[in-house]
Amino acid sequence: MEVTTQNFKRCDLVQAVGRVDSYTAPTLAEAMEALVNNGRYRIVFDMSGLEYMSSAGMRVLISTQRACKRFNRGEVVLAVVPQRIYEALELAGFLGNSPLFKLYDNLPAAIGHF
Amino acid sequence: MNADFLSGPIEESKTYCLTVAARYENLNSVREFVGWIAEQIGMAPKSVFAVQMAADEACTNIIEHAYGGEGDYPIECFCQVTPQALVIRLHDHGEPFNPLEVAEPDLTVSLEERDNGGLGLFLMRKLMDEVSFTFRPSDLPSDNILTMVKRRTA
Repeated sequence: MEVTTQNFKRCDLVQAVGRVDSYTAPTLAEAMEALVNNGRYRIVFDMSGLEYMSSAGMRVLISTQRACKRFNRGEVVLAVVPQRIYEALELAGFLGNSPLFKLYDNLPAAIGHF
Repeated sequence: MNADFLSGPIEESKTYCLTVAARYENLNSVREFVGWIAEQIGMAPKSVFAVQMAADEACTNIIEHAYGGEGDYPIECFCQVTPQALVIRLHDHGEPFNPLEVAEPDLTVSLEERDNGGLGLFLMRKLMDEVSFTFRPSDLPSDNILTMVKRRTA
């Protein structure tokens, strides 16, 4: 899995390509923590390049969301979530009545959230 | 990775086995192994994904809980095809760890209160039709067996 980070005026874009499992999740966690530790807590996570994500990846998303929400208007939003991963997030209860993440089906809309 | 399962049709009477060391880098091999068999027997893409994810979560739990971390300990993944289902059995020789005794995560609590643990097990039970566990302490080395069943037509 490859992770890249791009700074925008109002938010940061994190893009991951490949598979997130217990082996690769620490790399994603490092990228997210680096942002939050630098006071960047408005994050768009572009998931369009992901083939797979296990609960290890979901745990990274939850802990990042928790860290970001401590700050004023801090938040992680998800963009272009692939179908199978969407179903897994749904199964995990992330997208229920009070969803843990806002979802956008395209990148401009997700970036425009902030 | 043993390549004998990479060619030829899947036979229903046979059990296919992949043994990997208890390391996270091997999760991908386990997913490919069970995914390949599920595809070969014509399971729908959604079911293929389900068995891959369930096997991944199960192996992650074995590494984390039964073996207490990564190491050169074996995880044996057996796949058996029956007329009705794909049966996945995962054997390890670590501490007895009964996933079914772990409480389900509370998905209704807020993000701040939510405990990260238990999610993998919760997903395994959601993704598969049956999940059961047996522990054989009398065997040397002791044997934990996690059995997961996915019906072929869902």
